[in-house]
Amino acid sequence: MVTVKVKSDSLIVKIFGELDLVVAKEFRETVDKLLMDRPVRNLIIDLSQVEFIDSSGLGALLGRYKIMQQKGGKISIFGIKPSVYRILDLSGIMKIIPVFKAEEMKETKEA
Amino acid sequence: MVNYKKNFVKLEFSSLPENVALARVLIASLMAQVDFTLNDLEEIKVAVSEAVSNAIIHGYQNRNSGIVVIEAKLNKEILEIIIEDNGVGIENIEQAMTPTFSTDPDRMGLGFVFMKSFMDNVEVISEVGQGTKVILQKKLVDNGSCALMAT
Repeated sequence: MVTVKVKSDSLIVKIFGELDLVVAKEFRETVDKLLMDRPVRNLIIDLSQVEFIDSSGLGALLGRYKIMQQKGGKISIFGIKPSVYRILDLSGIMKIIPVFKAEEMKETKEA
Repeated sequence: MVNYKKNFVKLEFSSLPENVALARVLIASLMAQVDFTLNDLEEIKVAVSEAVSNAIIHGYQNRNSGIVVIEAKLNKEILEIIIEDNGVGIENIEQAMTPTFSTDPDRMGLGFVFMKSFMDNVEVISEVGQGTKVILQKKLVDNGSCALMAT
């Protein structure tokens, strides 16, 4: 499941469950539609409720990174669990997409 | 003393994306019979997810009418998981296993990288027009958990 919140030019997407082939498709379709309809500058992805990720999920994240790059916007991820962190680390995706702890994102939002 | 029981499971399912999770649950349930660590469990689930996703996306090219077969054998020394499809097959296995190679621009080409990283042995048998069989093996140590991966 995927939920979205829009705050001015930021889109906050929260993903729930296992980010595999099925959820990756839902995430991709939901985000791409909103990115086409709105002038989004920041795409923030909340993975705090994601228990599992595989290369389908990683591919969906990378694809959104490419779209945001083309639009001149930014993408960031926060709230990752240790099992998800390992996969993100091994894939090298954290070298191109900034990853924050949930607390850091909270501080940023409050600042 | 751990009580080892040889076990074998086999499941056939439609090539639906929803069934990738089903394959993971099957393997996780089998692994629960042995003292695998949580880390081992997570890693093997990723490897299975990659192989089954490949069968659906590449083997059957996202058609839902194909059949994916998953078999798992557990004995004292090894956990062996076989994922088989009757899809289009792989023309160049070496190229398919190359990191970051993908025929789909929205994918990272990391499926085989994860399989090779998380399992002790990965074998791919494929014939164009006939299908693909992926054999994943994980060695077990005496206490039932997985052996440390070679560095």
